[in-house]
Amino acid sequence: MIRLRAALAAVAVLVPAAFLGVFFLYPVGSILVRGLGADGLDRLIELPGRASFRSVAWFTLWQAVVSTVLTVVVALPGAHLLARRRFRGRSLLRAAATVPFVLPTVVVGGAFLALFERLGLADGPLRLTRTAWAILAAHVFFNVAVVLRTVGTFWEGLDPRAVEQARVLGASPAQAFRWVTWPRLWPAVAAASSIVFLFCFTSFGVVLVLGGPTRATLETEVWRHAVFRGDLASATALALVQLAAVVAMVVVTNRLQRRRAVTQRVVRRALPPRASGRLLAGNLALLGVVLGLPIAVLVERSLTRANVGGFTLDHYGALADRVNLLPVSALGALRNSLVFAVVAAGLAVLVGGLASVVVVHGRRAVARAFDLGMMLPLGASAVTVGFGMLIALSEPPLDFRSSRWLVPVAHALIGVPFVMRVVVPTLRGIDVRLREAAATLGATPARVRREIDLPIAARALAVGAGFSFAVSLGEFGATSFLPRHPDRLTAPLALFRLLSQPGDALRGQAMALAVVLMLVTALSVLAIEGWGRRGTVRGDL
Amino acid sequence: MAFDGEPVLSGVDLMVARGEVVVLLGPSGCGKSTLLRAVAGLEQPLAGRVLWDGEDLTDMPTHQRGFGLVFQDHALFGHRDVAGNVAFGLRVAGLAAEARAHRVARSLALVGLEGFEGRRVDTLSGGEAQRVALARSLAAAPRLLMLDEPLGSLDRSLRERLTAELGVLLRRLGLAALHVTHDHDEAFALADRIAVLGAGRIDRIGTPDEVWDDPGTVHAARCLGHENLVGLDDAGRCALGRLGSGPGIVLLRSDSLSVGAPGEGVSAVVAATSRRSGRMVAHVLVGDLEVRVPVDESIHGVRVGDPVGLVMGHDAVVPLSS
Repeated sequence: MIRLRAALAAVAVLVPAAFLGVFFLYPVGSILVRGLGADGLDRLIELPGRASFRSVAWFTLWQAVVSTVLTVVVALPGAHLLARRRFRGRSLLRAAATVPFVLPTVVVGGAFLALFERLGLADGPLRLTRTAWAILAAHVFFNVAVVLRTVGTFWEGLDPRAVEQARVLGASPAQAFRWVTWPRLWPAVAAASSIVFLFCFTSFGVVLVLGGPTRATLETEVWRHAVFRGDLASATALALVQLAAVVAMVVVTNRLQRRRAVTQRVVRRALPPRASGRLLAGNLALLGVVLGLPIAVLVERSLTRANVGGFTLDHYGALADRVNLLPVSALGALRNSLVFAVVAAGLAVLVGGLASVVVVHGRRAVARAFDLGMMLPLGASAVTVGFGMLIALSEPPLDFRSSRWLVPVAHALIGVPFVMRVVVPTLRGIDVRLREAAATLGATPARVRREIDLPIAARALAVGAGFSFAVSLGEFGATSFLPRHPDRLTAPLALFRLLSQPGDALRGQAMALAVVLMLVTALSVLAIEGWGRRGTVRGDL
Repeated sequence: MAFDGEPVLSGVDLMVARGEVVVLLGPSGCGKSTLLRAVAGLEQPLAGRVLWDGEDLTDMPTHQRGFGLVFQDHALFGHRDVAGNVAFGLRVAGLAAEARAHRVARSLALVGLEGFEGRRVDTLSGGEAQRVALARSLAAAPRLLMLDEPLGSLDRSLRERLTAELGVLLRRLGLAALHVTHDHDEAFALADRIAVLGAGRIDRIGTPDEVWDDPGTVHAARCLGHENLVGLDDAGRCALGRLGSGPGIVLLRSDSLSVGAPGEGVSAVVAATSRRSGRMVAHVLVGDLEVRVPVDESIHGVRVGDPVGLVMGHDAVVPLSS
């Protein structure tokens, strides 16, 4: 019995450790070794001297800064509305505003292409396509949910009476915000901003689709050098710069969040006042334009032909057809993606579930190492994951070039943190008294685990699986680096290729594929979220 | 005043004169706080008006009303020190720093916290924090000061001390004040007039003596701390004899009851004794009816099991409406 338990414990530690080691640490280590080796170091040192590098680095930085500021400006009024006002459809708005965040990046890119074409801004003097504006708009679209949720939740927890007291003492609403709300809210805003900044800094799919060749970031440059030009040395140097920047940012973000955790104090909640019509209408209009319009136009475009009136389902019908551009039909690519997503979700649940048990029940040092280590793939950009796998796993001793399963493995690597984010708090949240009660009723420790922990954790595992599934469906960054099996093309890659070519039929088909991908992703996340909320599942993304 | 169609308050008509302390007394959930919030402008009433000197303030935003409100858990600004809290209303009003410091010092002196300016608010004890909250409201020189169970979260002895201090302070400043509490002792200690709230309306309003002598309703009698409520049968009778003309509930005012020797008044037995604020209270049984009677121990003490006489003054029985 004791031997069996020791063996199980060893498996729980070794499987996640091996998975992380082979598919993440070794690849990232390979980037470091190559990049800091003799040849690599030369490349790295000469990088700053290159004007092209300096302009790419500068653009990466400023677009991230501006995107973050714009996101906060757009999202703060909505966060106030969700945190401090009561209105019909509040939870619906919260859920709807979350949808953009989970959409595949390529789908968002496609939606904005459609939007610009629809508004006549794709060409001509007011062209937005292939400009920084397009990238900024898409980043705001993506990240509004991050600010809305993190700042909104924090805001809800702030004692509303402090503001009321300020108002009674003669402060106008604006003064009350500046002097009472802001000093307590800013750590949350700063934390949310740093996360948004990280996302924008490492944004890949959006920049690739909307920026074209003229607007490149570090991420897209790594891809262009590695995949397009086959210049692995330059790609490695760029990836190193990117990795260093990301690590620095994660450290700063963690600092800020720790600070936030200290200042957060939960208070008794009174019923918030009803939202005034003007506040509600203004917010809905803003969020509607920023979040709703691109999606609406995308759907509309998928149902129409350029220059021909009326709606048609032809583009959806064409998804089953082969086009010269793709080795398989769009529908075939979708099927590939679904298979990969199921495999990735299964892997993520296995690895993430075991790692969660170790984090919650394991020895302290091991638990901490797992807690941090398994989150790394989420912090590092998808490009780091993909590029690392590309250079490390294509040659002996680990040659997986011919394996079609490298794609779902990469996806699972990104899915594991999502599983753990849900499962760990749930396991920790299980009331000790439940276990104690079961024990006093005569249950053995194993029985307690089976009867108490497992049923509660099962729900969390299912939620985690759902998120991994959605992440895998839309994953583009890492996948775009991995060895290709022409007939194993994923849907986001197919969509990217369709979008990169002009022509009404291809564009229409691309939009139809984007809509299908969007629907599957959004529905899976909404269903899982709605279901998980009802149970005892804790934790948030 | 209503939320989601369910009225919390209705038909409340209340006037506070300058220099008068009106206490709203009622159990939790009866709408006392909602009434204060409506007066402060933090809630919008569905119907009804808030007037000041004949001026209609109902649509005026909170910050222009010039009313002070002290919350139960003081709601101090955690990111400012004591001086920063007390000076808040003055800063908003645009007062210069020097004048501010002067007024802050004066307000802190009023509540007995001289020299507390630089203290962080999370280092304050419960009583100190509540005093700072009071000083913060006073510093802004409100024309009406509202206190929403300001002492509710403090322990009893501290509460009694602060109640006494608060009463002295309010009298000295001559402010119009509206004070909310569920504690009848606090109400009697502070009020010029007491308004007893029940189920969203005012049951009884008057000076402390008026409402004590004649609470009017069963609910008001309970809120005010009366204990001897006696049910009468169809003929208006109970174990003490005929106390009314028909069925209903009457109040026996304990200040008109006394314990006499056996043979005096109605014969009774002492079932238990207890002490309230040090004074002995005898729980005497007349048949199966228990009556609580204050005992003047300087005349004679009582013991459990003693046969005694229950003596009722001529004004001891007060009819109540339900």
